Amino acid sequence: MSIDGKGTPPVLEVDGVSVSFGSRNILHNVSFELRAGEFTGLIGSNGVGKTTLLRVILGLQPISTGSVRVLGAPLSKRSRALGYVPQKVLLDPDVPMRARDLVALGLDAHKFGFSRRSATEREKVEEILVAVDAESFADARIGSLSGGEQQRVLIAHALISSPKLLLLDEPLANLDPGSVQEVVALLHRVAKDHGVSILLSAHEMNALLPVMDRIVYVSNGRVASGTTDEVVRSDVLSELYGHHVDVIQLHGRIFVVAEPGTSAEDVPEHPRYQVD
Amino acid sequence: MHFFLEPGFFSNAPVRTALLLGAVVAAVSAVVGVITVVRSQSFAGHALTDVATAGGSGAYYLGVGALWGFLGGSLAGAGAMELIGVQRVRRRDLATGIVLGAATGLSALFLYLDTTVKATTGATQQILFGSIFSVSSSTIPYVAIFGGLVVLMMAIMRRPLLLTSLSSEIASSQGVRVRMVGVLFMFCLAVSVGLSSIAIGSILSTALLIGPAATALRVARSIAAATFLAIGLGIISTWLGILLAYDSFYWDPSSQGLPVSFFIVAICFVFYVFSGIALSRRRAQETRRPVATDSALSAEGR
Repeated sequence: MSIDGKGTPPVLEVDGVSVSFGSRNILHNVSFELRAGEFTGLIGSNGVGKTTLLRVILGLQPISTGSVRVLGAPLSKRSRALGYVPQKVLLDPDVPMRARDLVALGLDAHKFGFSRRSATEREKVEEILVAVDAESFADARIGSLSGGEQQRVLIAHALISSPKLLLLDEPLANLDPGSVQEVVALLHRVAKDHGVSILLSAHEMNALLPVMDRIVYVSNGRVASGTTDEVVRSDVLSELYGHHVDVIQLHGRIFVVAEPGTSAEDVPEHPRYQVD
Repeated sequence: MHFFLEPGFFSNAPVRTALLLGAVVAAVSAVVGVITVVRSQSFAGHALTDVATAGGSGAYYLGVGALWGFLGGSLAGAGAMELIGVQRVRRRDLATGIVLGAATGLSALFLYLDTTVKATTGATQQILFGSIFSVSSSTIPYVAIFGGLVVLMMAIMRRPLLLTSLSSEIASSQGVRVRMVGVLFMFCLAVSVGLSSIAIGSILSTALLIGPAATALRVARSIAAATFLAIGLGIISTWLGILLAYDSFYWDPSSQGLPVSFFIVAICFVFYVFSGIALSRRRAQETRRPVATDSALSAEGR
């Protein structure tokens, strides 16, 4: 276990983790660390193993080798130190579930029993709804909310148990650009106000550049991690991809471009999508 | 009043038994039905009624009490579905379909044996479509015990169950034992189907399970409100059905009266249709601000 300057263990240590489905290697010898209060982007194109890595951290995905430690302790499925916002939650508009009902379930859905929610708990639901700017639609059916609004409710649900680490799987996919900015700003604020470390997966890094403390870049089941300046460089990413890529900065945005002629399928920032 | 509440309604012992049994069964079905609809397991619920049919007709053939046949059948069916993989969404339809097919074949065999070998011609009608007036009052304590157990279980596990039903991913990341909750719910569903088979017949028990629940979910503001509303609607449908069936003995002197199950199911259906009207009115009134990427229920829906 590595110890930082203040003597506290990292929030998350992923050490030499490999995962294979049958003969297919999804993750190969993945190692990185997250520190308290940091905002980390888990960046890579679709299908490179970002969701698998998040599921490993949650203890939902068995690993072939390696270890994962949360707050210095080995992984436990029942750990309440982690909050999780999965990708593509299908919330049915026909189910009479209010935003505040879902958020409250974050407090006690893991418990069997008759107990009624105390005044303190109801206050906590109110507080967290305000913290994610969801109080205006707290009584609307969640299925009737927009994508950005649903994300905020799911974030509130994950935050209410005061986790030390919040994992979000592609929370920005399928949001319009305005909502992307809102959700990113919200997460940044939450990380600072609540002292929560954030690990957010995305196939597009530019929206995260202003808030990201560190980056974990995934390709071919392997990762490179560090600050954006350390990782998003031509030499580091070329090594990771296994072929030459260029990193181009333009108007404060970063584009990763494959050489003409090489297979660019797993390059996330393909120029075609970026010219607008 | 005379034509609506025919003389002797409340002094008639079978009617009193029917009212009591019907209320218990309707309440249990409503509690389980709301979650069944939220979990999109209506098809599994219906498949269990087919297994209950096999159990009920088998019990008839063996001379065992029908309640035990219905309960045994639906519990065995739930177990089989669980083993095949009902807990995985993609295999759920498959598991349900296989069990449904096998059970219906067994029902065909038992119902044939009941009517030919045992020469009990009423068996088919009674098992499939129920006969709440012929239920012995000695059955009531058993129905109450099993019904009470199911309601108690549903109350204790309501929060894990609800989150699991919305998203098993979120639930398991929060430490909910998703698999265990799913198995316990299948048990509750099976018992509920077995109980309502006694009252309105195995085939029609889906109607009492899904009808009031679906109606309530359309108009209620929360799951808890929907559950209480579904209980109310279920009991009203059942009691009104019993009353109309009792009255129907008097409608035509030569007739035997019409089957109570028909009335109960018809009233459930009428409630559902009316809830559709109420829903479209409420959608029109909803003053949610328009959101660019919004889905069906937004303000543009008016």
